[in-house]
Amino acid sequence: MPLSPLGENGNAKKGCLGMEKVKKTAHALDKIMNAIFTFCGFLAVALVVVITVYLISSGIPAIKEIGLGNFLFGTVWKSTGDNPSYGILAFILTSIIGTFGAMLIGFPLGLLCAVCIAKMSGKRFSGIMRSFVDLMSGIPSVVFGLVGMIYVVPAVREMFNLPDGANLFSAIVVLVIMILPSVISMSETAIRAVPKEYEEASLALGANKTETIFNVTIPAAKSGILASLVLGTGRAIGEATAVMMVAGNVANMPGLFKSVRFLTTAIVSEMSYSSGLQRQALFSIALVLFVFIMIVNLILNLVVKRKKDK
Amino acid sequence: MKDLKKSSGISTQRKVKTAILKTLVYLSAILIIAAVLFIVVVIVIRGLPNISWEFLTSGVSYLKGITGILPNILNTVYVVIMTLVIVLPVGTGAAIYLNEYAKNKKAVAVIEFATETLAGIPSIIYGLVGMLIFVQTFRLKTSLLAGSLTLVIMTLPTIVRTVQESLKTVPNSYREGSLALGSGKWHMVRTVVLPSAIDGIVTGCILSVGRIVGESAALLFTAGMADVIYTPLEAITANHSGSTLAVALYVYAKERADSGTAFAIAFILLILTLIINTAAKVAGKKLKRRTENEG
Amino acid sequence: MKAEIEIKRVENDDKEIREIQNIKTPTEGETLIDVEHMNLWYGDNHAIKDVSIAIPQNRITALIGPSGCGKSTFLKSLNRMNDLVEGVKIEGKLTLGGIDIYKDIDVSVLRRRVGMVFQKPNPFPMSIYDNVAYGLRVQGVRSRVQLDEAVERSLRQAAIWDECKDRLKKSALGLSGGQQQRLCIARTIAVEPEVVLMDEPTSALDPISTSKIEELALELREHYTIVIVTHNMQQAARIADKTAFFLLGELVEYGDTNKMFSSPSDDRTEAYITGRFG
Repeated sequence: MPLSPLGENGNAKKGCLGMEKVKKTAHALDKIMNAIFTFCGFLAVALVVVITVYLISSGIPAIKEIGLGNFLFGTVWKSTGDNPSYGILAFILTSIIGTFGAMLIGFPLGLLCAVCIAKMSGKRFSGIMRSFVDLMSGIPSVVFGLVGMIYVVPAVREMFNLPDGANLFSAIVVLVIMILPSVISMSETAIRAVPKEYEEASLALGANKTETIFNVTIPAAKSGILASLVLGTGRAIGEATAVMMVAGNVANMPGLFKSVRFLTTAIVSEMSYSSGLQRQALFSIALVLFVFIMIVNLILNLVVKRKKDK
Repeated sequence: MKDLKKSSGISTQRKVKTAILKTLVYLSAILIIAAVLFIVVVIVIRGLPNISWEFLTSGVSYLKGITGILPNILNTVYVVIMTLVIVLPVGTGAAIYLNEYAKNKKAVAVIEFATETLAGIPSIIYGLVGMLIFVQTFRLKTSLLAGSLTLVIMTLPTIVRTVQESLKTVPNSYREGSLALGSGKWHMVRTVVLPSAIDGIVTGCILSVGRIVGESAALLFTAGMADVIYTPLEAITANHSGSTLAVALYVYAKERADSGTAFAIAFILLILTLIINTAAKVAGKKLKRRTENEG
Repeated sequence: MKAEIEIKRVENDDKEIREIQNIKTPTEGETLIDVEHMNLWYGDNHAIKDVSIAIPQNRITALIGPSGCGKSTFLKSLNRMNDLVEGVKIEGKLTLGGIDIYKDIDVSVLRRRVGMVFQKPNPFPMSIYDNVAYGLRVQGVRSRVQLDEAVERSLRQAAIWDECKDRLKKSALGLSGGQQQRLCIARTIAVEPEVVLMDEPTSALDPISTSKIEELALELREHYTIVIVTHNMQQAARIADKTAFFLLGELVEYGDTNKMFSSPSDDRTEAYITGRFG
């Protein structure tokens, strides 16, 4: 690896500037461009701040009016009618259970598939698998929602003999498909990054290939694999439209075969016709969702950082 | 343990364990392939028959009983172009700042953290915030313009990341050479750094197009659901609401219960996905080759 | 520079090591590994040409020769680590105690019986204890007592017990390079192999760690058959009972180390050990 003695930003050192006669116009242009690039650079930071401020300022009023306890732990959501009630515990629990369920199935499935692509298949087959996974990650979520709506929902209805198949279970099935690409890609990268010396040592000790993969490679890749778990969780919590199409969308407390609303779908389903406190309550739901996502992001950051430190 | 020493095979217990693990690995791979195949086949079978020249080239007319997706195709193109026109320079600028200008390590860390945070925010939140900022505060109404601006925020991290990656492959000696010849920093960036970032910009561009084309939740409340054919001039002004293909799919499937049209749109989105993936692969390979050669 | 240090150290250590050697120089051992007319190709590259060699039990056999002469490739054929290389083709008969290692034995069993220590220390990113217990656990040993016993015995044999008995649960990656290599030796002998292959085990280490590994190899000879690839001819002279000289994929000369270094029978051997090429 070639190392520059000056390091990454070595060129920023002043040495060259002093010894040259910079034309005034060029110098002015340099300053302007510098300002423009600095602006672009900090735009992302500004955007995060703006998003946070907007979400908090529009989410707080309804929470204040309803009361934080009533809002977060109220079990009844009845946004229309004479005596409205805004409790979102059902949405929170549905989001948590739905995400957990999707990860419970999707994570091991994705990890095993990543193992297959990275270690246990020939070049050709792994290439084919790769393009399938790429395709899956490129397909828009509404397409998964559509296929789920037309095929998964009726199948679930018949399989479990239910009046309606649009429920938490169907949503989990669709979510599993949607998180798989993230889990697979990230785990695969992590598995491939394990130094082959570890595997050689294990093989030389008499472990066969499969034992080596499961006893050495996967543990050695664990921080990357963990990151894929968190990333998948983030995707599952945040998915809206596909879930909207298969979850049934009734504000029930969660049950595997009950029609449910997630935090995301609660927003989507009422936003277009809402007004007043109801509308504000939807923004409060968005704030809660945002808090969840930020927690997941924070965990992801910690996991990735720890990996870099190693 | 001593008896193990002379045996020439491995224990049954190990054999069984290995066989089980292997079966699980291949089973999950097959399951995933089967799922993807199923989705693709279903979309082709149910979508392709509904696609005709008329379907692709006409709008919606309830009077004549015509369902066409030309407005949605046009809207998708408009949104893609508007978003890219804004996000490409801004995102590239941010990447250049991070890689070439920023001297403060803390500032870089803060910006990178912010970029990662943006990447992790789900699109429904972007939809809401976009509605609050662009539709309400900026008074753009529900419009393609408001939708595009929302997508600019959403795709910014993708552009920054890919361009940054390609900038890292530019050897420092090039920069030093240029600066040593007496050129100013901007001249150096323009002549040395930017040309090398082209691969990254192209890759980021393709990935962003993929996200924009597939996006629905962020556009529902910002760009709206209308099926009107707009001229380009109308598209870039406020108050012209319209649905892209993905949003139209959602509307047809969920609100109008027209699964035939929905599958036809799904078919078109599938083809677009395939094209975008192939393009991304080609561009990515080019970028990777450079990384390996020079990085 | 390096050579000077090397020579000085040799003068200092030589006496001590020779004493150990004198005490334990064994009489002619029985053949454990027998290789007959072995040829190996990497694709079109004929890397090993018609090599026949009989490696004796409980002896140290050194494989020497310039880079790319096939000595490492040959070593890796003895526990079939070459199987991992794509496009490799092997002909000839290789037996371990009479068993054909390419036909009559499961490869993972072979590798347990023929352990290997690599050029670069490669402990797993786990605790010291888990590193040493790894091979046994793979074999299905679960009993805590048995594992504890084996771990302590192996670490003692590898002369690293005192240094790490208080930190068995700590990551092995915290050890120094020389300690890591001795840990790798402990890990290898924990599964009680018959043969220990060493692929330039000291090339990544400092002189002090190197001499520790050499002493260790001499002690291990009592229990194990050792085949060691080395770049360092003094090392071969110091510890090996038998030495094999490889050149361009051929086995040029094979015999008692003392004889080969005092009166080599082949001109090429003489040229190599007197430092005229390499």
